[in-house]
Amino acid sequence: MIHVSNLTKHYGDFQALKNVSFDVAKGEILGFLGPNGAGKTTTMRILTGYMPPTSGTVTVAGYDVTTDSLEVRKRLGYLPETVPLYPEMTVWGYLDFMARLRGVDKRERRIDEAMEKVRIADHADVMIGKLSKGYRQRLGLAQALLHDPEVLILDEPTIGLDPRQIIEVRELIRGLAQDHTVILSTHILPEVSQTCTRVLIINEGEIVAEGTPERLMARLKGAERIFIQLAGADSDEARRLFQSMDGILAVDDKGNGAYEVECALGTDKRPEIARAVVNRGWGLLELRPVGMSLEEIFLKLTTE
Amino acid sequence: MKNTLTIARREIQAYFVSPIAYVVAAAFLAVMGYFFAMILYYSREATMRYTLGNMTTVLLFVAPILTMRLLAEEQRMGTIELLLTAPVKDWEVVLGKFLGSLTLYACMLGVSLYFPFVLTIVGNPDLGPIVSGYVGMLLLGGALLSLGVLTSSLTQNQIVSAVLGVVLIVLMWLVSALGDVTGAPLSGVFRYLALSEHFYDFFKGVIDTRDVIYYLSVIAAALFLATRVLETRRWR
Ligand SMILES: Nc1ncnc2c1ncn2[C@@H]1O[C@H](COP(=O)(O)OP(=O)(O)O)[C@@H](O)[C@H]1O
Ligand SMILES: [Mg+2]
Repeated sequence: MIHVSNLTKHYGDFQALKNVSFDVAKGEILGFLGPNGAGKTTTMRILTGYMPPTSGTVTVAGYDVTTDSLEVRKRLGYLPETVPLYPEMTVWGYLDFMARLRGVDKRERRIDEAMEKVRIADHADVMIGKLSKGYRQRLGLAQALLHDPEVLILDEPTIGLDPRQIIEVRELIRGLAQDHTVILSTHILPEVSQTCTRVLIINEGEIVAEGTPERLMARLKGAERIFIQLAGADSDEARRLFQSMDGILAVDDKGNGAYEVECALGTDKRPEIARAVVNRGWGLLELRPVGMSLEEIFLKLTTE
Repeated sequence: MKNTLTIARREIQAYFVSPIAYVVAAAFLAVMGYFFAMILYYSREATMRYTLGNMTTVLLFVAPILTMRLLAEEQRMGTIELLLTAPVKDWEVVLGKFLGSLTLYACMLGVSLYFPFVLTIVGNPDLGPIVSGYVGMLLLGGALLSLGVLTSSLTQNQIVSAVLGVVLIVLMWLVSALGDVTGAPLSGVFRYLALSEHFYDFFKGVIDTRDVIYYLSVIAAALFLATRVLETRRWR
């Protein structure tokens, strides 16, 4: 659906994107994850035809964004980072304007549907300038959905929302994936693992990792960690026991009978550990693998 | 064209909820009423010629105030991103903005038809020069508004846009003075280029195609440049 190859963008001397390439398949929700200044907005602005790339090509639904910009724009819904609203218009008036600009058929029905989808219908006659942040964001989404576009590009769609609204918006986005291809950007980690089918991590204009949230996690773990909580064990003896076991690379004494051990990738030492502990007559309160959270992956990626 | 009208329509709606538009329109009509009454009182002539002549100077300031918001505010608010990523061509955006402001201005002129109407009551005016005079006002206004659209494309700041607009218009108004410095044959060129050299005939009752072409060319050139400015903004 979307094909990006060797995209670069210079702002004067500053290189904001360095050889970015990726593909997005139909029906995917691609998460664009990266800290502020990574180049997420720049990439999205190129995808939507707002600005041209310095070099590289982007095709959306088979159309090139630089040579067939209008065709691409017809197929896109876009929610920019700063939600573009006219404060002096009403919610309905604004959506009507956008529907006309996009040449939407059966305008009234489509507007009602879009308002229904983002649950803003009860505010149809409210002046945009008087809307709360949450409602503005929803209106921005409604605007992007109006024409039922094949591709949705959402730049930080949950920014500035309260936790309940964030959950609502995420559900909304997940619901869209059946018939839309979605790219969303965020600098908040939980967002991608909860909403996206695939993640692309971008840092300083370069893609540094790509995959499903789970795959990324596994790839970056590099080693398996197991958390163990013992009762009635002598701490020195327990540490020596774990260290003596084959395939355990490191032991981390967390105090109060809690340990984290690191094993070689692809091994599961839990049965052995359980047996050894029980043989010593100690209590085994907890035994579970520790996955590094995306947060940690992210810290690692961007601090490397 | 449909997109252009959609944009023009939104612009007109925005004017009708904007205090600035009301204040400017009211001031325009009040000043015009003042000129009209004074001129009628002292000259006792049933003509719009002198009133319209005075209004050209007022227009020089009014036009950039009407247009200052058009593109500058879109750029400041980020709504330009919406317009430029909708399936709309850049020139449609610019033309729509221009038509929006022209419609408001035409409404103002429409209301001011009250003054010639008064003339037909108190006297027996020659309608020809009144009609051609209003055609001239519309063309001159259109040219000034298009220059205002151009300066509005250059900045995110409405005040800067208005000031630049006045400066640009005054320069193009007075460019005929350069002709006095250079002398013939250049003086003819400079005189033709000046905004101020093309409306007197209209007010006297003469519609000269050269004047019409001049104003239409100014409009086309200004809107073309505004479109180019918008396009190059994308490259930043
Ligand atoms: N119009 C611009 N002119 C100059 N530099 C810019 C412009 N827009 C963005 N940048 C720079 O490009 C980099 C990437 O910005 P952006 O794409 O907005 O990042 P993100 O959306 O990931 O936070 C940043 O360092 C930013 O300062
Ligand atoms: Mg951004």
